[in-house]
Amino acid sequence: MVLMSNILEITEVSKKFGDFTALNSVSLSVPEGSIFGLLGPNGAGKTTLIRIINQILLPDSGTVLFQGKPLAKNHVEEIGYLPEERGLYRKMKVGEQALYLAQLKGLSEKDAKERLKYWFKRFDIAPWWDKKVEELSKGMQQKVQFITTVLHQPKLLIFDEPFSGFDPINVNLLKDEILNLRKAGATIIFSTHNMASVEELCDHFVLINRSNKILDGNVQTVKEAYKENIYIVEYEGKIGAIPDAENAPYHILKHVENEKRLLVKSDGEIATNQLLKELMKHMTITSFQEKLPSMNDIFIQKVQENK
Amino acid sequence: MNKILLIIKREYLTRVRKKSFLIMSVVGPLLMAAIIILPAYFAKLESGQKVIGIVDETNYFKYKFTSDESVKFIALDPDIVQAKKELINKGLYAILYIPMTKNVLPTYAYLYSTKEPNIIIKGRIKSVMQKEIVGWILQEKKVDPGIIKELQQKITLAPIKINDAGEEEKSMVELKMGIGYVLALVIYMFIFIFGAQVMRGVIEEKTNRIVEIIISSVKPFQLMMGKIIGVALVGLTQFVIWIASMAIILSLFFSIFSGDIEQYKNQKLKIQDEQLVLQNPDIAAGGDFNKTVAVLTDAIDAINFSGIALAFLIYFLGGYLLYSSLFAAIGAAVDNETDTQQFMLPITVPLIVGVISAQFVMNNPDGPLSFWLSMFPFTSPVVMMVRIPFGVPLWQVFLSVALLIGGFIFTTWLAARIYRTGILMYGKKPSYRDLWKWIHW
Repeated sequence: MVLMSNILEITEVSKKFGDFTALNSVSLSVPEGSIFGLLGPNGAGKTTLIRIINQILLPDSGTVLFQGKPLAKNHVEEIGYLPEERGLYRKMKVGEQALYLAQLKGLSEKDAKERLKYWFKRFDIAPWWDKKVEELSKGMQQKVQFITTVLHQPKLLIFDEPFSGFDPINVNLLKDEILNLRKAGATIIFSTHNMASVEELCDHFVLINRSNKILDGNVQTVKEAYKENIYIVEYEGKIGAIPDAENAPYHILKHVENEKRLLVKSDGEIATNQLLKELMKHMTITSFQEKLPSMNDIFIQKVQENK
Repeated sequence: MNKILLIIKREYLTRVRKKSFLIMSVVGPLLMAAIIILPAYFAKLESGQKVIGIVDETNYFKYKFTSDESVKFIALDPDIVQAKKELINKGLYAILYIPMTKNVLPTYAYLYSTKEPNIIIKGRIKSVMQKEIVGWILQEKKVDPGIIKELQQKITLAPIKINDAGEEEKSMVELKMGIGYVLALVIYMFIFIFGAQVMRGVIEEKTNRIVEIIISSVKPFQLMMGKIIGVALVGLTQFVIWIASMAIILSLFFSIFSGDIEQYKNQKLKIQDEQLVLQNPDIAAGGDFNKTVAVLTDAIDAINFSGIALAFLIYFLGGYLLYSSLFAAIGAAVDNETDTQQFMLPITVPLIVGVISAQFVMNNPDGPLSFWLSMFPFTSPVVMMVRIPFGVPLWQVFLSVALLIGGFIFTTWLAARIYRTGILMYGKKPSYRDLWKWIHW
């Protein structure tokens, strides 16, 4: 496996607002070309961290390296940011506004116009170029915002709850676009409460709770690490009495009779094949699968432990 | 292109393209032109010849009133009861009733009319009667008519001020008061109108939630200054449009109605003549009036108009920058316009103090209150503008401008600190304590 370099390296970053600590010595690295989940409950400090990366806020202490160099003013042109609370000038025309935002990111007017034409066509909103923003539906406004976020082809994209306000069709469109951007070489930081989309999209993640980092790593590795030796077993026909004695190497957590399904937890010492053999003594097995914890489970477990 | 220029361009263009800007640009000069033109127009309408009937029981004054274009005096039968009945029927403007007295001429009379009689006409009647009575008394005492003539002199008072350099300046207090006061009011109005525009712009960006997108591209300070400068340019544009279109409207007016205006001017001159004559009975108007005009023109020449214009521009911009950054900070601190009230007070109070004290400053432009208010940056744009036409020592102007520049650097610094935190704060209505904390973050 090729060692990936980190596009973003955050070391012991702290930020206080008066007496309130928003971030307490948080460190994390975002591998280049990854989709990185930034997770945490409301008020954990995610937005503060994102604002520090965007140089909207300065950290009180700690360092942020972008492509190995301390964050500098010109880096804003390498970063695209779609905030959670986002909007547009309501009275301004759509095309004019997109041009303005693109030029603020350092694009020339000519380049911006060309690229906008392309994206507007791609998102089916070309006829809306001369309309005022207030005439657009919310979904269309979100499309315009997405376009202005990616237009300057940033190396790092930060999406804060990108799917809120989109209908399922547009959510899919957006997911595809995010995957395309990654394919084109961009790194994506993705902040959300939707754990299903984290499992679907993210390679790496960090979990922040009450201003502290409480967990980070590769999504698959962490899930493996948090597995509890629980297996989902499905059977056919009738089932005899299953011994679930104290000294057995497993015990039954749950038995859903009408669906012919068992939830079995092994003691972690016997091999999976051995467990299967033991169970086969009592039933005809049609399906046997290890149950990995979902990101949702890990999230809730870690946050509650941290209370 | 530099990013702050992009911001200035957007702020400027979106505002000058608005319908309200167009309307203000058209309606403003029309209104002002109307204020200048309408009184002249109405004065012209009113200026038909008025007929005043005289019921003189003494028979002494009857034919002493001379008629002219504006007033015609006619002698009626000395029967006041009958005359009063005929006032309306005969279309008389008024009836002057001079009752009979014993031995001496009466020093009182009655003026009957359907409307409040014109002040000039009243003065004219009084002065004619006074002149006749004085003449009659002098005659009774056997005074030489030549001496009587000599007694009647008109005094012209030309106030002349000696400045610090020992040079003489013709003083024209009323004109200076007028110029200073009007310019001070213009500054006051522009600070309020365009400061509030800055504030609304900031609130708009905040409630739109576009602000976070923008400050991920530019510094909050750039966004704030871009807006302040953009709006300042809108204000200057509006001002230039007003001046230019006023000039056009007025010159059109003068060229189209020049005949009428000439006539109106003549009438006005005549009325002024009459007033002068009223105050100084029996003076031949001609020569003395010209003397007055000469003094007035000299005084106008003596006023340093280019200096006043320069001072206006400096105090206009300085005052605007000082206040608009505070307006921007308020906009950043709140979520909607209704919450701005509590923070507006400390901004509006010094501005209003400046305007209210302008009255006092006009009467005493070199007094200590005038001096201190014209140094304090929050009142100096208004107060110094009132003082400038009267002539202010140069060191005071420089000190005041320096303090103003220092003032707006300070308020901009302060506002920027409140602004950069405030624009990201939603929900809770901040208190002054919160603002104080934001300054320190």
